[in-house]
Amino acid sequence: MTVSDQDAAFPGPRLDLGQDAPLHLDCGVDLAPVTIAYRTYGHLNADRSNAILVCHALTGDQYVADPNPLTGKPGWWQQLVGPGRVLDTDRYFLICSNVLGGCMGTSGPPATNPETGNPWGLTFPVITISDMVRAQIRLIDHLGIDQLFCVIGGSMGGMQVLEWAVHYPHRVFSAVPIASAARHSAQNIAFGEVGRQAIIADPEWCQGDYLSHDKRPQNGLAVARMAAHITYLSEAALHRKFGRNLQGRGLTYGFDADFQVESYLRHQGSSFVERFDANSYLYITRAMDYFDLAADHGGSLANAFRGTPVRFCVMSFTSDWLFPTRESRAIVQALNAVAANVSFVEVESDKGHDAFLLDEPEFHATLRGFLEGAAEHRGLPRGGR
Amino acid sequence: MVALNNGMTAPSIRVDLQLVADMVDPRSRVLDIGCGEGILLDYLNRFKQVDGRGIELSMAGVRAAVAHGLSVIQGDADTDLKDYPSAAFDYVILSQTLQATREPKRVLENMLRIGRRAIVSFPNFGHWRVRLSLLGHGRMPVTETLTYQWCDTPNIHLCTIRDFRVLCDELGIVIERAISLDSRGRTRFDAAGHLANWLGEQAVFLLRRV
Repeated sequence: MTVSDQDAAFPGPRLDLGQDAPLHLDCGVDLAPVTIAYRTYGHLNADRSNAILVCHALTGDQYVADPNPLTGKPGWWQQLVGPGRVLDTDRYFLICSNVLGGCMGTSGPPATNPETGNPWGLTFPVITISDMVRAQIRLIDHLGIDQLFCVIGGSMGGMQVLEWAVHYPHRVFSAVPIASAARHSAQNIAFGEVGRQAIIADPEWCQGDYLSHDKRPQNGLAVARMAAHITYLSEAALHRKFGRNLQGRGLTYGFDADFQVESYLRHQGSSFVERFDANSYLYITRAMDYFDLAADHGGSLANAFRGTPVRFCVMSFTSDWLFPTRESRAIVQALNAVAANVSFVEVESDKGHDAFLLDEPEFHATLRGFLEGAAEHRGLPRGGR
Repeated sequence: MVALNNGMTAPSIRVDLQLVADMVDPRSRVLDIGCGEGILLDYLNRFKQVDGRGIELSMAGVRAAVAHGLSVIQGDADTDLKDYPSAAFDYVILSQTLQATREPKRVLENMLRIGRRAIVSFPNFGHWRVRLSLLGHGRMPVTETLTYQWCDTPNIHLCTIRDFRVLCDELGIVIERAISLDSRGRTRFDAAGHLANWLGEQAVFLLRRV
């Protein structure tokens, strides 16, 4: 059992894996002890068949449907989770854990290495999407759940969903990867690298050891967030929201934020650094870069899915250029090649990659229908509506 | 000759869909190509307990089907059937869609590769009204089953019942059953005879490989 300094900061249950139960990581390290911070919503039924694991994205966290303890803002999927909502807490038992390498209570670079008493920083082993899922498996074991009714997530969350379905097919009844891909593209890796270099170039980063020096590479992390944020939106959404609108005082003939879009991005950057750790950003973006499901299966994505009993629902958004529909379609093609049970919907939206986090009625209606169908096949009781 | 609605729990679906549904054995694996909003799939799921999948070109159709709990993907009969493995399904269904494919021959071949059996329904271009429209008025026919004007029709490969039989012969496909429907949706003859090609507005074929 370890108790990290951040415990009080991140309300919710946590699972402490002791020295005797190390996580075997892809990089070869046996990591122990490991802490997994998580939240649950709803109740596990008697035969433990109604559990849904929600996998969060790069900068998400376990606070799916309650206020984020650092920002006080509503949970990131609040509109989807609750009694009678799509992820109906009257019917399903929802679980979401902070990913390995994260900064919201699960073991990661900002947490304290119990062996040294200092923050892990760059001594934390480089983790992968598989490693994140290995940690989740331990949590699901701990909760006494043999098979999840559904694993669902968007973006990096979708990568974890695919990882679950491919490596633990008998522990997943249905899988919903949203706005995701079976691998990070060259463009994705390129954007990740811009973000990482912005952090590393900040002198306050201190070779990764900023916590020991009581510093924070806030400028670097903010720039990383600003660049990334552009990739989460569509050109149309940016134009609709801001156009070339000025801040109100006209052109200043200087380098202040003359344009509203600049001010918006700066705000995104500065608010992000209040809640996220720069080293975690490096580690998690790296994990996404390393993700390539086909590569682990002789270069064939179809091989990864061969014989899968899992019911899939793959979803993408028309204006998402970070994880475009063709990436989802590649997953669908691979699933078809093994005659897997798959639904695939491309939702019409001009909100870009972020659409999976937003109020998109068509997305929600489709997801509700898929879950209803899956619940019927799983023999779960029908919903109230 | 055909067991239509049993009058108990089964809802009424379009008569040609009902004919297709009646050809499917319970608890089989079914792929419905051009499934639209999934009316047939839904019926087969409920009343035949099939393991059903669908492909639909229009996103609106796909969204409606998936929101209804059906396993449907957005896809194109001409380009996406090659992704499926051989003998993966008991039945591959193509209802009222063959005439809209770019390569009907290749689609048929793929259907019988993927499925043990194929069920194909299509409007019969040999129907007397169609013939009359051309012969008498010199106009491309617009009928209840062929509702489009020539210039905006998705039906680019229309055929007659006889044409279809010839194609099956050519491809070495065995016709297990063939039924034609008249304009009131009443079933007519085994679509073998010449009369069927005159009087059938649409036809439903159950096919298998040799």
